Amino acid sequence: MNALQSLGGWTLDSVQRWGRAAVFLGQILLNIPSVIVRFRLAVVQVFSVGVLTLIIILVSGLFVGMVLGLQGYNTLVDFGAESSLGLVVALSLTRELGPVLTALLFAGRAGSALTAEIGLMKATEQLAAMEMMAVDPVSRVIAPRFVAGFLSMPLLAALFTAIGIWGGHLVGVGVLGVDSGQYWTAMQNGVDVYDDVLNGVIKSVVFGFVVTWIAVFEGHDATPTSEGVSRATTRTVVNASLAVLGLDFVLTSLMFD
Amino acid sequence: MKRSVIELWVGLFVVAGLVALGVLAFKVGNLSGTDIRDTYAVTAHFDNIGGLSAKAPVTLAGVRIGRVSGIKIDSDNYRAVVELSIDRKYDNLPLDTSASILTQGLLGAQYVGVEPGADEEYLKNGSQIEITQSAIVLEQMLGQFLFGQAQGDK
Repeated sequence: MNALQSLGGWTLDSVQRWGRAAVFLGQILLNIPSVIVRFRLAVVQVFSVGVLTLIIILVSGLFVGMVLGLQGYNTLVDFGAESSLGLVVALSLTRELGPVLTALLFAGRAGSALTAEIGLMKATEQLAAMEMMAVDPVSRVIAPRFVAGFLSMPLLAALFTAIGIWGGHLVGVGVLGVDSGQYWTAMQNGVDVYDDVLNGVIKSVVFGFVVTWIAVFEGHDATPTSEGVSRATTRTVVNASLAVLGLDFVLTSLMFD
Repeated sequence: MKRSVIELWVGLFVVAGLVALGVLAFKVGNLSGTDIRDTYAVTAHFDNIGGLSAKAPVTLAGVRIGRVSGIKIDSDNYRAVVELSIDRKYDNLPLDTSASILTQGLLGAQYVGVEPGADEEYLKNGSQIEITQSAIVLEQMLGQFLFGQAQGDK
């Protein structure tokens, strides 16, 4: 009986959370015009969400590209196909690794920061104080952060992919001796702008939307205590990563059949 | 940090991101380069197209002049109909041009090679290439070879 009751309670809780998240998203989207009017608010957030995430994105992208170059070369050289190295590196990065790894890093670096910041604002009653002054916290605090995350993700993913391809070139051409012309030609013949590059960008836009949504919602929905904020931060990283991986499977099966 | 510094960084970030997107589109995806837009379509009938697929290159003397835009079956004579989109720059291919399905290297991807004939008239949109050579299917060739060996042993 007790187990049944707790199952019911859990179900009601999660349905309520989904409902709150959806309503919250609706409020954010309604407030996007006010962000466009005061775009400087979003610019400051692009700094903390995008620019401060740059370093980890660039370093990870470089190393992922270098590892792809190394592993791809070791496999391809057995078939005498090392001239396709550029294609292997570019396709893996534009289609999958670029958007997905960027989104995971973005959730860890920027998403957790967003949740902690908003959660602390709630815990220290700054959001309540804003409401007292008739300032809508959603339009003043949440929506600019949402827009910033949504705008930053595709740019970060593009930078990750570009520097990864360069990293693959660095290892493949510089160290392992693949011909530079073959590296680029194989890539240019095999990568399609719409099928591969554009679909990767669409993926990164979707991931940016979902990760930022989860991050600001968890922050806004956090229990206003130190423990509540820390839990909310953890939930952001876990849920956003799971959402990215799950959505990636769905998007891949829709895009590349 | 001062507001102007923050804005400068954001500006740099946006420019760098857009440049990366541009690199992906033009350098990696080759948006500008060999993508052929202005084309005319001709068809060619083959007995067997092997592993030819849509978007495979069409080459003349090794130079890419177009791509395979569609593959279907002619249900009247059960032959494969391959539609080739050829760049309008190369609109002086003679009417008796031949097309054959070739393989890049021994195991590479398949493509269509065209060999110009000597006719006075040129191929135009909708014409059909009459002289074709099908793909060489490695298994069939091996089969024939082994069969021939076995016959010879008797």
